[in-house]
Amino acid sequence: MKVSYDWLKELVDFPATPEELLDKVSRTGIEVDSVSRMADGLKKVVVGRVVSLKMHPDSDHLHVAMVDTGEDEPRQIVCGAPNIEEGQTVIVALPGARIGDNVKIKRGKMRGVESDGMICALQELGFSNDIAPKAYDAGIYVFDEPLEPGSDALKALGMEDAVLDFEITPNRADALGMRGVAWEVGATYGNKPHFEDKPVVETGKPVADYLSVKVADEKDAPSYQMRVVDNITIKDSPLWLQRRLWNAGIRPINNIVDVTNLIMLGYGQPLHAFDYDKLGSKQILVRRATPGEPLTTLDGNDHELTPDDIVITNGEKPIALAGVMGGLNSEITAGTTTVAIEAAMFAGTPIRKTALRYNLRSEASSRFEKGIDVGSINKALDEAARLMAALGDGEVATGTISASHVDPEPVEVDISLDRINHILGTQLDAKTVTGLFDRLGFEVTEADGLFSVLVPTRRWDIHIEADLIEEVARLYGFDNLPSTLPTTTMTVGEFTASQARRKRSRKLLEGLGLTQIISYALTTPAKAAAFAIDDSEETHVAFPMTEDHQTLRRNLVSGLIDAVAYNVARKQTDLALYEQGRIFPRSAGHTRPQEVEYIAGALSGNVIQAGWHQAAKPVDFYYVKGIVDSLLADYRLAGPVEYQALVDDPCLHPGQSAKLVLDGEVIGLIGRLHPQFERAQKINETYVFELNLDALLAASRTEMTAVAAPKFPSVTRDIAVQVTANITNAEIQAVIAKNGGKFLQDAHLFDVYSGKKLAPGLKSLAYTLTYRRKDATLTDDEVTKANDRVEAALKSELGAVIR
Amino acid sequence: MDLKTKLEQLREENKKRIKETEDLDALNQIRVNLLGKKGPITEVLRGMKDLQPEERPKVGAFANQIKADLQENLQNRKEALEQAALTAKLATETIDVTLPGDQVVQGTPHIIDQIMDDIEEFFIGQGYQVVDGPEVEEDHYNFEMMNIPKDHPARDMQDTFYIDDQLLMRSQTSPVQARTLEVHDFSKGPLKMISPGRVYRRDTDDATHSHQFHQIEGLVIDKHITMADLKGTLLALAQHVFGEDRQIRLRPSYFPFTEPSVEVDVSCFHCNGKGCAICKYSGWIEVLGAGMVHPNVLTNAGVDADVYGGFAFGLGPDRFAMLKYGIDDIRSFYQGDVRFLSQFKEEG
Repeated sequence: MKVSYDWLKELVDFPATPEELLDKVSRTGIEVDSVSRMADGLKKVVVGRVVSLKMHPDSDHLHVAMVDTGEDEPRQIVCGAPNIEEGQTVIVALPGARIGDNVKIKRGKMRGVESDGMICALQELGFSNDIAPKAYDAGIYVFDEPLEPGSDALKALGMEDAVLDFEITPNRADALGMRGVAWEVGATYGNKPHFEDKPVVETGKPVADYLSVKVADEKDAPSYQMRVVDNITIKDSPLWLQRRLWNAGIRPINNIVDVTNLIMLGYGQPLHAFDYDKLGSKQILVRRATPGEPLTTLDGNDHELTPDDIVITNGEKPIALAGVMGGLNSEITAGTTTVAIEAAMFAGTPIRKTALRYNLRSEASSRFEKGIDVGSINKALDEAARLMAALGDGEVATGTISASHVDPEPVEVDISLDRINHILGTQLDAKTVTGLFDRLGFEVTEADGLFSVLVPTRRWDIHIEADLIEEVARLYGFDNLPSTLPTTTMTVGEFTASQARRKRSRKLLEGLGLTQIISYALTTPAKAAAFAIDDSEETHVAFPMTEDHQTLRRNLVSGLIDAVAYNVARKQTDLALYEQGRIFPRSAGHTRPQEVEYIAGALSGNVIQAGWHQAAKPVDFYYVKGIVDSLLADYRLAGPVEYQALVDDPCLHPGQSAKLVLDGEVIGLIGRLHPQFERAQKINETYVFELNLDALLAASRTEMTAVAAPKFPSVTRDIAVQVTANITNAEIQAVIAKNGGKFLQDAHLFDVYSGKKLAPGLKSLAYTLTYRRKDATLTDDEVTKANDRVEAALKSELGAVIR
Repeated sequence: MDLKTKLEQLREENKKRIKETEDLDALNQIRVNLLGKKGPITEVLRGMKDLQPEERPKVGAFANQIKADLQENLQNRKEALEQAALTAKLATETIDVTLPGDQVVQGTPHIIDQIMDDIEEFFIGQGYQVVDGPEVEEDHYNFEMMNIPKDHPARDMQDTFYIDDQLLMRSQTSPVQARTLEVHDFSKGPLKMISPGRVYRRDTDDATHSHQFHQIEGLVIDKHITMADLKGTLLALAQHVFGEDRQIRLRPSYFPFTEPSVEVDVSCFHCNGKGCAICKYSGWIEVLGAGMVHPNVLTNAGVDADVYGGFAFGLGPDRFAMLKYGIDDIRSFYQGDVRFLSQFKEEG
């Protein structure tokens, strides 16, 4: 809501500059975003009167005007506007003036003729086409009243007025009119506003002679009032009215339309004016549209209406979309002589939906959406009729037609002083609180700390205790509230096991060199579905903003790969990234996806960059596996996590990828990206992993119990196992573990060899086996026996050659 | 030449040799030659048998003294030579201590998570619980329970990603309030909670808008929680996050789920309230929204609004990070540029 400082000053007294008002009102009531003046940056622009006019000797369109600018002699100005005429009062930018777009005006010659200034159009002073009156689009602006030559044109145009931009929250729609703003500003400064309500003089025929009006469903239009003004002349509005409109961002059209807009700005009550003679009937019916019913709105667009739209009809066909926009068929035009004025209250929801449906949100529709003051519908209508008659030389028909009506009853809200102080943490006394309600213009009676407050209809946002407490708090001043901390019985603050674990896993990965990223949970269907370790279904948002963000992710790896690609494109190729977040798999037959906490990583390039003292260490499968193993070890899982080769994921290298399986459940994956996939993503060799944290949290753990440090020494034996290439380490380890006996503590793989010293298809793995007895020093015999058993089993079970 | 003279001569000769020896091996050879069984001192002592019996103890004692002298000389020389050798060795081992150290891998937590962790720990310390809620939320919790019925004008304020009629990507963390209120047993004590997490809006991503961002919701409900408590809590938070000299101010605002509702400004931590480009010359920066919980929210969740009440607040970690570190593009948080992300080493 653009609030004119000058207009506001007419309605209420307050001792503040526009800037002071901005600060004060923002602190106690409604946020004011800015103060602006259209005249900012402009200077030396005056009123001039065209004394005489002749054609330029060397031009077929330029005129040479002698213009009185209040000095001794008129000044000569060359002007190209086609609408210039002798006797006009115009805007003159004097030499040295600054006009719109920071243009400086200088004395000069145009085709050899001296020009001592410039006659201006409003646009040249910075008016946008949205607010400059259309009549002067093709030329200079002409004042419709004689002003003193040489006087300040910017002032005459209202451009020096300060305009405050009030940001109205949905609950404060009462301030979508100047009267509401005046009440608010008055309450802030402790002054009541003073409104001048002039009586409407009804000199015409009874309004019933013109029209009958019916509302089909009072729920759609709880209040519907009409007046008729006859014998009017359509013309431009006077300057004072135009000023108010363009300072509020509304374009002046003609005296009738301008009055409807002025009243809306003043009272917050949207009005609509119909050309009575174009109705084609003597009746108005407010009803729902029939399916497909056509209407061309004032903007020239055709619509096929639906039964969700409320329409104003002439009894047969629509003449307006109620509360949204009028119909072209009943538009006020230059030939209009009789006007039917509508002041109504429409149901907010259908208005909002209709405005959205046809993309016609307007000043009027947004007010109906948020509600209006039922107490000022008729006041606004009366003032509109009075002004239209006055400005259009017409006469107001006698009486108002009321097709539906709401009694403007104040709402009574009771509240106790204790309650107010209890909620605010204050110790206000009854007198203070009564004073605050009085500033708002609320009638209040108080007895023994109990207030009975009559809230006028203009504050329809207030109906419960909490609403009154808010009024008290803001007017008393939030700065005056004490600052305390809640005093309650003691509560324990601690993270849940899941929260603590997630934080711990994040820290662990950071310690292992991975930097955290956050990617988008909404992604493309393809990225959402990639790297899936289950057979869940996808979930889409109904109306995505872009194709890139339409499907809920079912893995974190895709987002990490995007980040890798983003960095590689910026020449950052050594990357170790992780993300912790949720994935959203959906089981068949369910509409709602699950939300599962995951952690995932992607590594590419070198883990260690080549340095003077260190060789470069490029990432490979086993480095990433080491990270995963460290993370898993931190969970102290009771069961083993098996790495099962994963050969059929189209995005993963078929020979360098694995599923992670715990207790028969897949809990993650690890692997190198498929080289073709890497190429498609324009990234280098990249390794990824992903783990289901919820599954890890739910899995059974080993108990942490202390074991004393061993008292007896351990014995180690190295053993080299030559096997065919298809035998895995896991298989060898399993045989060792099964046959190593109760003293075997560990089998550490320290070498893997395949190459020219071995026949093709063979490889050799070397292990250090560690034996220890808890209760005694092992004898050589005991160790040899155990080791022999292991060797024998490796030979028989895996066909190994022990070297 | 008598034995004594011989011994003295031996001593002087060898003292000189020891002193002149520059090599540990040579020194050792001298020791072996001099003090060994075939050495000159033993030789001299062997000649004692030719002496008068009364002479023998004197010469013996003298010979032992010579031997001790020489042993001491040898030991001193040995230590000196060893020290010199060590010094020389250390000199050769001198390195350039200004050469860079080895690269030990270390990752960086995301700045948003750092801010959220910090705020979570702040509230944990005050006895709050941290409650997680679903990101795919029901319309019922995201809106209806929060006093935003269908067709409420406030729904204009948040354009939401709907999945179907009932399901949506939560547009705020507020639904966690409703979920927690529904199940909290007030007979066991007050409810003090925060709920951090990701939220989603149907926005086009640009420097100041992101379709995904973060919020932290706070809620305290008990029999006697005041707006002054809200003010004090937010002041403590602002001072924790933005510095102990910070002040806050509350301005009236509107949220459907609180009444009274306020926007909260913190005094500019850049100019300390004097006015600068960061605070747009106002001295204050808007950081969060808050208010006293609307009775409808309590009633909707089955809590007696005549007995219980309290405050709620919601803040944006993305905005906090942007303000605190001067980040001008919210997309930086989600692009994963390591040059951007790895600069935020943890404070503490």
